Amino acid sequence: MFLNWLGTLPGAVAQGAIWGIMAVGVYITYKILDIADLTVDGSLCTGAAVCAIMVTSGVNVWVAMLCALIAGMITGLVTGLFHTLMGIPPILAGILTQLMLWSVNLKIMGKANIAFSARNNKLLISTLQTNTSLIWIFVFVIVIIAILYCFFGTELGMSLRSTGNNLHMSQAQGININFTKVLGLVISNGIVALSGALLAQYQGYADINMGRGAIVIGLAAVIIGETLFSRIAKNFAVRLAGVVVGGIIYFFVYQTVIFLGLDTDLLKMLSAIVVAVFLAVPYWKKKYFTKVKSTSKTNGGEVSKNA
Amino acid sequence: MLEIKNISKTFNPGTVNAKTALNGLSLVLNDGDFVTVIGGNGAGKSTMLNAIAGTWRVDSGSIILDGVDITGMPEYKRAKFLGRVFQDPMMGTAADMQIDENLAIAARRGKHHTLKWGVTKKEKAEYKELLKQLDLGLEERITSKVGLLSGGQRQAVTLLMASLNQPKLLLLDEHTAALDPKTASKVLDITDKIVNENKLTTIMITHNMRDAIKHGNRLIMMHEGRVIIDIKGEEKKKLTVEDLLGMFTKASGSEFANDRAMLSK
Repeated sequence: MFLNWLGTLPGAVAQGAIWGIMAVGVYITYKILDIADLTVDGSLCTGAAVCAIMVTSGVNVWVAMLCALIAGMITGLVTGLFHTLMGIPPILAGILTQLMLWSVNLKIMGKANIAFSARNNKLLISTLQTNTSLIWIFVFVIVIIAILYCFFGTELGMSLRSTGNNLHMSQAQGININFTKVLGLVISNGIVALSGALLAQYQGYADINMGRGAIVIGLAAVIIGETLFSRIAKNFAVRLAGVVVGGIIYFFVYQTVIFLGLDTDLLKMLSAIVVAVFLAVPYWKKKYFTKVKSTSKTNGGEVSKNA
Repeated sequence: MLEIKNISKTFNPGTVNAKTALNGLSLVLNDGDFVTVIGGNGAGKSTMLNAIAGTWRVDSGSIILDGVDITGMPEYKRAKFLGRVFQDPMMGTAADMQIDENLAIAARRGKHHTLKWGVTKKEKAEYKELLKQLDLGLEERITSKVGLLSGGQRQAVTLLMASLNQPKLLLLDEHTAALDPKTASKVLDITDKIVNENKLTTIMITHNMRDAIKHGNRLIMMHEGRVIIDIKGEEKKKLTVEDLLGMFTKASGSEFANDRAMLSK
């Protein structure tokens, strides 16, 4: 039985890492921009749908993935414009786009799901070749983290970070916060759609329901990653890697509880409860366990180093 | 330099909460003026700075800065001409970003944000020199998150940020009000130094009448959304707090009412 369980692990790592890439997209909006973007539930499926329909029509898989990425970026653009041009609160803007995407995704696929196999199509990754798939997935993880690490060190990336950190200061420093918000949503949903494209290939199908609850899985991965890595390292790249590891751990646990015979109908409820509790922890900490700051330690109120 | 012509602003118009904060305000600043602003509660001091900064649009009138009409310009575009420090030390800096990153963002105020590195090595060395002049030991902590600094240190960093890129106008909105007296006076000294060294045209709101008299070359007093007293040069140097209170009663026909100003008199 233990060996059977062990046998599920490479699959869990592969799937966890793909969801981890999605969680990196969630990290950009949730942690950096300070926006809870629900577009991802739809854009994940958009990426999968675009990739599936193109691959099954004989288009090169790399081209299909590039198109998935671009389609995801457009979904982020729509949410961004809902929020900035039309003044809709970001959560509601995301929900509206998500609902729109239900129809759009159906129209892209032409039906509720498309099954395709590595036997008939040239795919980059698939459950049929877990090992090569794992290598490709980790290449994606590394390249995405490297690009984001560099980007957030540039002038543009820094303006995005400061927007999420302090709107007031950003505007006073001449940053067009509407532009940076839209840009963040575009990048985030592009990454999410790309992970959707990878997921569709790995599973061998794209399904209209596959993005449902994606935001919760993304948040779970972000929270697990932050909890494990934020104390060890402050480096941004390490933190992003932590988020991917968070995704992998999530799927470890997921596979294990399924293996132990838990009713799979309950999994989404359990995920949501776990995420809710973890989101509550910082709030509870602040409310019930805040220590009174001693001025000597924090040097609070003192401006002079000699004073 | 700055020409404010007859601007008005009413908040919540047409409701029971309607409040006319600026009522035909006009003010002309000359190049290099350092104006201190005092006034009672709700006199329109902060509203005037927000009107200049473009937090919202004014209902009527125009604002011309160095020959450019900025009345309808969005806030982020005007920012290139302005340096701002707010009352709340948390407001002027990004807490989760490093000191050098905050300075680098300020150094790019009003410029196009490109894909070049956000903080270059050369800049880091420059910022170290600038921070050294603050004499707060911050040059040793250049990669610390700003959120770890005290309120006074954050205001000092915000001042430095505001002075980068030679703004046409420096706007200080009671920037020492949230600090303890000792820290406040240190931040005011830094303010004087930065304003003088960069020869910045400055508007500084303060609730402290002594500070208003001590600093700058010009003092204005506001009341009900207008400037009611404007004192410059030699006349300002001879001012006392009693003179000011007397002038206020005469000009406005009422007692000076600003809780904090009365306490810190």
